[in-house]
Amino acid sequence: MRNLSVMIAGVGGQGTLLTSQVLGAAAMKAGYDVKMSEVHGMAQRGGSVITYVRIGKNVNSPVIEKDGADILLCFEKLEALRWVDYAKEGGTIIVNEQRIDPMPVIIGSAKYPEGIIEKLSARFPNVIPVKALDAARQLGNIKVLNIVMLGIMAKKTDIPVETWHEAISETVKEKFVELNIKAFDKGYQMAV
Amino acid sequence: MKRLMLGNEAIARGAYEAGVTVASAYPGTPSTEITEYIAKYDDIYAEWAPNEKVALEVAIGASFGGARAVCSMKHVGLNVAADPLFTASYTGIIGGLVVCVADDPGMHSSQNEQDSRNYALAAKVPMLEPSDSQECKDYMKKALEISEQFDTPVILRLTTRISHSRSIVELNGRETIPLKPYKKDFGKNVMMPAMARKRHAAVEERMKKLALYAEETGLNKIIWGSTDVGIITSGISYQYSREAFNDASYLKLGMVYPLPENLIREFASRVKTLYVIEELDPFIETFLKKIGINCTGKEKLPIVGEYSAALIREKLLGADSANSEEKQEDVPARPPVLCPGCPHRGVFYTLKKNKLVVLGDIGCYTLGALPPLESMDTCICMGASIGMAHGIEKARGGDFARKTVAVIGDSTFIHSGITGLIDIVYNKGTSTVIIVDNTTTGMTGHQDNPCTGKTLKGETTRQVDLVKLCHAIGIDRVRICDPFDLDEFERAVREETSANEPSVIIAQRPCALLKSVKYGGSVRVNDDLCKYCKACMRLGCPAIVDTGEGIRINDALCVGCNLCIDVCKFNAFEKAGDSNA
Repeated sequence: MRNLSVMIAGVGGQGTLLTSQVLGAAAMKAGYDVKMSEVHGMAQRGGSVITYVRIGKNVNSPVIEKDGADILLCFEKLEALRWVDYAKEGGTIIVNEQRIDPMPVIIGSAKYPEGIIEKLSARFPNVIPVKALDAARQLGNIKVLNIVMLGIMAKKTDIPVETWHEAISETVKEKFVELNIKAFDKGYQMAV
Repeated sequence: MKRLMLGNEAIARGAYEAGVTVASAYPGTPSTEITEYIAKYDDIYAEWAPNEKVALEVAIGASFGGARAVCSMKHVGLNVAADPLFTASYTGIIGGLVVCVADDPGMHSSQNEQDSRNYALAAKVPMLEPSDSQECKDYMKKALEISEQFDTPVILRLTTRISHSRSIVELNGRETIPLKPYKKDFGKNVMMPAMARKRHAAVEERMKKLALYAEETGLNKIIWGSTDVGIITSGISYQYSREAFNDASYLKLGMVYPLPENLIREFASRVKTLYVIEELDPFIETFLKKIGINCTGKEKLPIVGEYSAALIREKLLGADSANSEEKQEDVPARPPVLCPGCPHRGVFYTLKKNKLVVLGDIGCYTLGALPPLESMDTCICMGASIGMAHGIEKARGGDFARKTVAVIGDSTFIHSGITGLIDIVYNKGTSTVIIVDNTTTGMTGHQDNPCTGKTLKGETTRQVDLVKLCHAIGIDRVRICDPFDLDEFERAVREETSANEPSVIIAQRPCALLKSVKYGGSVRVNDDLCKYCKACMRLGCPAIVDTGEGIRINDALCVGCNLCIDVCKFNAFEKAGDSNA
């Protein structure tokens, strides 16, 4: 693995920040230089939240630009459509098939787009739709859908499973470590 | 040992390693985590102050007391703290004193885009600017050294992309810095005119010495590459520039005030084309123009918003903007919203229903300005709601005041709302002020404040009694009300706004995101009872969805606050758990 840019997109409250922290920690443990950028504050209140993780031998900017992401990891369908321009040609888009209506849709001033997965697939050959919310429900806590998604993404890297587990143990609050490792493993198994 | 650290976390680490013992701050994105991380070190006393002015005064006091001290704030916080900063520049320090200020280019979470470098110039204090987390740590230590060497406060300037980016940091141990002796020094520490005149002269001498230091310091460095293009830059713009240009020479400024004139001249003389790449104001560029050096900066690069490598490529290298040929289809925006279960929803629902003019303030509740609640008319700065409510009454008269309220959060009220309220009492206003008390500082991520009864270090402390406080300054009409008791809350708003004297309603209900708040289980819609009248949609709750055929609850979002149950006249909402169906 030479360089890898991963952009994570979700809705405030879905755990994009934590996911990027685990990814960054795992990459550093695997010996890479890492730079990440995240958004705190107002956007976290149910807005569109994105984080960037850039991994490589020597990384300058912490920000991923359009056409720059090898992997776009999206926790919500509409967010995948919003940020699709940031995926590189030939890049991979992993998208959770969950729908969360934004306020303009809720109040009827905009429509939630139909056929998002088809639209993404028309532009990118590697679109992986995932039912992460269902998987997280099966684990007993819908909040871990982010780590299920991370598990799926992890399969695309050469970072070993143990390293991911260590990164989770160090990043997640102690009482949630076991649950998150289960969520990660579930995602890792779901990835084909 | 190496760690992946947030810029703000690395600042805290730098303070720890450099032997800082006192830190004070008021939370503000993107600066908040500096002080939260500092608080994790047992060796450092750390506190949330009521506002940035007090925080800086505490840090100045600690410095006079002989300790190394740090004070942190967001860019607009420095406006509040500007008064002590400008005169602390005159007095100088005893223990090293660093003011961390985090700008927010692109306004991810702010009400303006001011460039704090102008404060270094105006207050005549040196300013350092790191460009990754390692430099955050290193520059914090350097800033304390400069502070003590030159007898001055030092500003450490950050931007969102430095504060909230993570990169790898090498950790070191803590230096033990002995407390310097306290010394009474009338001529230096009492800024009355006779002494201040002398001190101003000393400040000007200090600036000359700092300008010489800027020429020599390793904080400013030249990285030679092709001399066809030379770039003078600092902070995050340095990283973007490195990414945008394949081969160029750089003058990377770690010290952005005062600027090194000779170093700049030397660099400029050895490159063919000279660019100055800096976000926001042409601060470095103006200096170059002043000393007669030609360069390209803001004529091609914007003053507004954040930069990126792509933007630099496009504006300076003529690259096509990425994806410009692909037309992005209409994707509905996802603005931030009041969370499901947010206590402010009951407040704004009621204010909108009663068609009141609402002078607003800074916090989560500012989101009450957005559709569908749309019940906040103004937002200027911390505490402004109360003064403005008084001003609008004096301009338009008491009848207008009957239709007007100020809405301010508990933490914001303590920050700078109290003085506005005193003004109303003193100058015979009749405004109604609603303090939305969610028992935390919400927007910046749940910091304690003087109303919560807990300190930054997690200790129990005295709580400000808002009712007593209001009574003490002369407000007789003060009542506490639950904003989720919609009938009672509406009655309170009607009675207080119609009263011919000042009044305060404390809308009390904790933030739904606090761990202590448990509503227990999602609500659901009983289709047999739902008339699809959409009255519930007026709540602007992200968990209530209009499918086009009926109302649904998104059970992944609903926290079960039951506000929709109260609003629905047809009892169409029920607890998912307690139905017979």
